Amino acid sequence: MTHADTADSHTDSHTGSHAGSHAEPHSFWTKYVWSQDHKVIAIQYSLTAIAVGLVALVLSNLMRLQLGFPGAVSFIDPASYYQYVTMHGMIMVIYLLTALFLGGFGNYLIPLMVGARDMVFPYLNMLSYWVYLLAVVVLMAGFFVPGGPTGAGWTLYPPQAILPGTPGTEWGIVLMLTSLVIFIVAATMGGLNYVTTVLQARARGMTLLRMPLTVWGIFVASILALLAFPALFVSGVMMLFDKLLGTSFFMPAIVSMGQTLEHSGGSPVLFQHLFWFFGHPEVYIVALPAFGIISDLISTHARKNIFGYRMMVWAIVAIGGLSFVVWAHHMYVSGMNPYFGYFFATTTLIIAVPTAIKVYNWILTLWRGDIHLTVPMLFAIAFISTFVIGGLTGLFLGNVSVDIPLSDTYFVVAHFHMVMGVSPILAIFGGIYHWYPKVTGRMLDETLGKVHFWVTFLGTYAIYFPMHYLGFLGMPRRYYAYEGYEFIPASAQTLNAFITVAALIVGVCQLVFLFNLAWSAFRGKPAGANPWGATTLEWQTPDTPPKHGNWGAELPVVHRWAYDYSVPGAERDFIPQNVPQSVSPSEAPDADPAAWEGHA
Amino acid sequence: MALAIALILIVVASVLFHFVSPWWFTPIASNWDLLDDTIQVTLVITGAVFVAVNLFIAWAIIRYRHRPGQRAAYEPESPKLESGLTAVTTVGIVAMLAPGLYVYSDMINAPKDALIVEVLGQQWQWRFRFPGADGRLGVSDTRFMSGERPFGLDPDDPYGRDDVLVDSPELHLPLGKPVTLLLRSRDVLHNFYVPQFRAKMDLVPGTVSRFWLTPTRTGRFEILCAELCGIGHYNMRGYVIVEDEAAFHGWLATQPSFAQTLPATTAAALSLRR
Repeated sequence: MTHADTADSHTDSHTGSHAGSHAEPHSFWTKYVWSQDHKVIAIQYSLTAIAVGLVALVLSNLMRLQLGFPGAVSFIDPASYYQYVTMHGMIMVIYLLTALFLGGFGNYLIPLMVGARDMVFPYLNMLSYWVYLLAVVVLMAGFFVPGGPTGAGWTLYPPQAILPGTPGTEWGIVLMLTSLVIFIVAATMGGLNYVTTVLQARARGMTLLRMPLTVWGIFVASILALLAFPALFVSGVMMLFDKLLGTSFFMPAIVSMGQTLEHSGGSPVLFQHLFWFFGHPEVYIVALPAFGIISDLISTHARKNIFGYRMMVWAIVAIGGLSFVVWAHHMYVSGMNPYFGYFFATTTLIIAVPTAIKVYNWILTLWRGDIHLTVPMLFAIAFISTFVIGGLTGLFLGNVSVDIPLSDTYFVVAHFHMVMGVSPILAIFGGIYHWYPKVTGRMLDETLGKVHFWVTFLGTYAIYFPMHYLGFLGMPRRYYAYEGYEFIPASAQTLNAFITVAALIVGVCQLVFLFNLAWSAFRGKPAGANPWGATTLEWQTPDTPPKHGNWGAELPVVHRWAYDYSVPGAERDFIPQNVPQSVSPSEAPDADPAAWEGHA
Repeated sequence: MALAIALILIVVASVLFHFVSPWWFTPIASNWDLLDDTIQVTLVITGAVFVAVNLFIAWAIIRYRHRPGQRAAYEPESPKLESGLTAVTTVGIVAMLAPGLYVYSDMINAPKDALIVEVLGQQWQWRFRFPGADGRLGVSDTRFMSGERPFGLDPDDPYGRDDVLVDSPELHLPLGKPVTLLLRSRDVLHNFYVPQFRAKMDLVPGTVSRFWLTPTRTGRFEILCAELCGIGHYNMRGYVIVEDEAAFHGWLATQPSFAQTLPATTAAALSLRR
């Protein structure tokens, strides 16, 4: 331990925590590669997730090419089409969204927002990233093995996932399941860290009900991940046994391609229960951090406290709890006991109430606000719009009888892309535009940001809004081609071509974002400590970007909640959390009005 | 400001799109028109919320966008407003859930006198079986399946001998008669999906799943698979022909019974054993 760290531990003692009391690294390797600093690990997680997300984006555009212009791209045959479907889905849900929200945003923001020097287990945190990277490498290896990656669909339903007739049953499925198991090891190490840090390492005065909603969202999502991922873990291991050792956890007696198999007695529906016991909380593992980020973005850029903070916290907790008792709404036509339908339809529609409260409170925060239409704010407001449409279509699919005609149609594809594709990605973009100045010390370019925003927002509406109507029509999802189906009018193909063009434009537009990320890191306008005039602790660090240990000699002390914007009588329209109640806001440390007023 | 205009345009375009869209449900051919009504109710409620929320945001942006000297109001919470909104939401939810569950209880309780037909799926084709004069389907199992015996009926089960085997992907059903479809798969998950019937259900190997409907319109409808079942999934085609009862019975009579499909020697041996 260095002398400084010893002093820090002493300061920490009043919170009962020794978070981050590890030595400051000095060599390049320990500083940037084998780093135990939560900020470096966050960037490693984020860049890896974005890189792998780009692969998934390209795959989605290849799928759209086949759907919009069937047969135009010669190398897309049915096998490769289903491989794109599968890899796109799994990468986006697990390796991009989950990793970026928890490993990226969670890692960067939790210690800074609760006033800690680092995560409580820095070494475990480092291990979490490297194990995640291993999971990504194993997954990507699927593209290079004989037979290619699995084409079983991201839900990997057996028996199909491990039987001939599905692409990638030689190696691809084994790599996929192995990669998932490795990923869960990484997510567990990360999740334990995030939960413990929030519970144990908060600065003095940072009570749970003073935490910013971003921390609440990530905190509850981490708990969900710790409880939900084990179900995926066991189902992955069991399916590996079925595939490699000939067990029959999920395999009944089967005649496959004329061959009677050795399996008997297993239950394919059991896998679906396990998968969705994980899979539904997974939706909220992605959504809750997005909810938190959006709450903070809207509050900050509307210069107004989040409306109904306590209700927002309880809504996050309630949604998190309910998310464990709705899973079988993914299985209304699975052949499970039909009486389950009553229970799961009811719980699913109940979850709409706390979710609706969140939406109301976001838009009531805008009401009577002082709305600065910054780039992060554009993304945040766009999130509300896309999340509302995705949430509302969920009321169709959650309501058992209404789901039945729409199940496995393009309505479902449109629904889940709006609610857990587009919306979380908009939250991620908003979050990146918002926190990038803290991470790099420079602003992202605003013009490029607006180009990126408008193409992405309007483009995703153009892609997914009409797609709901293809679902009403009855077009089934996961179809390589629709030739010769009489109930589908020719105009549907025209619409599919339109959707493909929109998807390609949105896809290419992400290059603008990537360019902005890289260019602004070196050439962006210097940001200062608190460019948005935000109240939360991460903007009150002595250095920007924050140095190792985050806070210099003294840990911050928290005196107020995270949303003291436009307090009557206060000179400025924000009071940071570490400003004592008695002190006039004009004496707030590091408050530089010139730095943020320019961003109207 | 541009965002407010964009949101208003999105609302206008969405509503217009809804009314001019040529892509809509196929004309229904089963008794589940209550289902279509429930979807309409859901669409009206959710559509109203979609329009209201987006227009509210647009209005808030126009009204409260930043201007020099403007300051936001400070109002941490309003229990009255929050509980009011919660109550309204709950009412909306109940208005959708109640009819949904009402229709659902019909969907899972088939009439006792419903005609029985078995749907047998495999990668990537459909077959069908009717119970014959005794009204009971015979026992089937994967161990009795072979190239010549795709249905896997137990030759020793007397109930199976009069079962009518439809070894083609074309199913005929009588108009206006309730029918229970028993679904069975030889290999992987499939889903028996006729868009015009609305109802659908997975075929699960190792178990028998079911659903029921009453065909209400004559015609030839496509059967699709709606559960990913491998590379041939998109091409697993079949047809349902709904026709009047006389035509249906005429067609059924042309299909062989299980006993008729057995080689003469086996059939003779079996009748001796009995």
